[in-house]
Amino acid sequence: MATLAGHRGRRSKNPLAVEDAIAGWVFILPAVTIFVMFIFGPILYAFYTSFFDRSTLGNRNEYVGTANYREILFDNPDFWQAFRNTTWFTIGVVPTQTAIGLILAVLANRKIRGKTFFRTAFYFPSISSSVVISVIFLWMYQRNGLIDFAVTKLGFPRPEPVWMNNPNGVVGSFLGLFGWDNVPAWLEGPSVALLSIMMLNIWTTAGTMMVIFLAGLQDVPGDVYEAASLDGASRWRQFRDITVPLIRPVTLFVTTVGMIGTFQVFDQIFVMTSDGGPNRTTTTMAYLIYQETFKYGSGLGYGSAMAMLLFALILGLFLLQRRLVGQNAL
Amino acid sequence: MALASERLAQPRTAASAEERTGALDGGIKILAYAVLVFVAFLMFVPFLYSIGTSLKTTAEANTLRFSNLFWPENPTSRAYDVIRDTDIGLWFLNSTLVAVVWVVARAIFGAMAGYAFARMTFPGKNIVFLMILSTLMIPSMVTIIPKFMILRELGLLNGYGALTVPFLTDAFGIFLMKQFFESIPKELEEAARVDGASRYRMFLQIILPNAMPAVTALAIFSFQGSWNAFLEPLIFVSNADRYTLPLGLATLKNSYYTDFPVVMAGAVITTLPIALFYLFFQRFFIEGSTSSGIKG
Repeated sequence: MATLAGHRGRRSKNPLAVEDAIAGWVFILPAVTIFVMFIFGPILYAFYTSFFDRSTLGNRNEYVGTANYREILFDNPDFWQAFRNTTWFTIGVVPTQTAIGLILAVLANRKIRGKTFFRTAFYFPSISSSVVISVIFLWMYQRNGLIDFAVTKLGFPRPEPVWMNNPNGVVGSFLGLFGWDNVPAWLEGPSVALLSIMMLNIWTTAGTMMVIFLAGLQDVPGDVYEAASLDGASRWRQFRDITVPLIRPVTLFVTTVGMIGTFQVFDQIFVMTSDGGPNRTTTTMAYLIYQETFKYGSGLGYGSAMAMLLFALILGLFLLQRRLVGQNAL
Repeated sequence: MALASERLAQPRTAASAEERTGALDGGIKILAYAVLVFVAFLMFVPFLYSIGTSLKTTAEANTLRFSNLFWPENPTSRAYDVIRDTDIGLWFLNSTLVAVVWVVARAIFGAMAGYAFARMTFPGKNIVFLMILSTLMIPSMVTIIPKFMILRELGLLNGYGALTVPFLTDAFGIFLMKQFFESIPKELEEAARVDGASRYRMFLQIILPNAMPAVTALAIFSFQGSWNAFLEPLIFVSNADRYTLPLGLATLKNSYYTDFPVVMAGAVITTLPIALFYLFFQRFFIEGSTSSGIKG
């Protein structure tokens, strides 16, 4: 058998290798063409364009060196405000949705009835259109809407002004309770309006994270837990010392995907806010790129430079996170 | 969870520890159920609320009581009558056309590329695959401006071309197909090889017919992606007769800001097709997502 296979392999290997060298490229050609035209090409083109002053209609096109970058970084306070908003958004959303996803997964990862139902229910928001979810939440956040109704029935005060029009920083307001007024701008925290969108985001994504964690938990061998419980390890210790370390690669994956998502939040801002307001507190970096390029007429070069900065930021964070959590996991 | 026989075999102290966890287990189980049911409820609330609102009069939509939270006291189809006079039928048709192109193209090109990456050896294979995979982490906002310029050069802006051509293939689909082809037995191809079949015939006659589960999963993901796409259509299309549903819904929100039942009716109509798909094919949705985790 072995000789037969070896013989056949030797005889057919060379023609196959020659055929595959060509056929392989034929098979990937359509996909590669699309990728080159609409992803790799555009990245290089965006990088190139970022050194030009180029109007949206293309009738003005002039090399300006690094002027766009300098203007964004040193002369555009909106950029730093958007950076702050996006950072708060990420800090608030990613750990929360990861923790909720993990807890839900651990709870559902046992022999319980209706596991499929729970998975289906928790994943449903992830497959829905972001615009649909945004208009529904916008409606829920109206004065006397469903959120107001729930908040007042639970005995809490409603925010004034109403959720999506409220520019007050939540961290700043909290510190104000302890008598710390005049909080610096960078510590004001996300506005109530941005927090409202963050809650929407957590609601949408926590289920996705749960489903991914649940798949990861299947790979943790059950006898590890049995051995641990025979040794008298408590549920909490089992979770902390077995579950968490063993699913570390999944956690890295989930937080990476989460961060890439929060750094490009756009649809919700577009649909739910009036142009990134109130007071620009919901202007994310992705939204600012759109605004500058397609609404304010700052030009395609300026917008491209901003997009390059966003890209560099995401790439940097990704590499940093890999280093912190441990490489080879992704 | 421990078996009775195991428990008998344990020394006394261990057995009592087991019993304690056994009792604890029951408590945790009830708590787990309570949490899961509550969260599942939270997941449905916004959708139930939107359906309920779409059946209310404007006046009732603005006065919430416990009795009419999710179902109106006086159900009316008014919002749906109003929305019928908008362009929503056209948007629905556009969304459907675009979805068909996405689904067919992504299934074919994804299967082709996935097969090549899984089973063939050719120069540049690994680097090309890695480059394609790395695009999963490139935000669409980074490439949207040059895409806009390229589509304008090609004369595709504002047409169906802009809604379809840049999306004819996707990294996730290629990855999914590659994973699948790596798992099917090589013997299938070897038999064909003996008959002297070329790679192309092998792919069409043997590989593709056997790849239907993966192709279905990819098709469903593509449908979801196209149905929900928003940023690109927003930038690439400016005339309302090429709008897709999400784009239409976003404009509907502006024109009916004081009549939200109409907007909610639009939300219901947009969600219905994807919800039905999800109910029938949820296995594919969830299994696909666990191998990628990327939300479309």
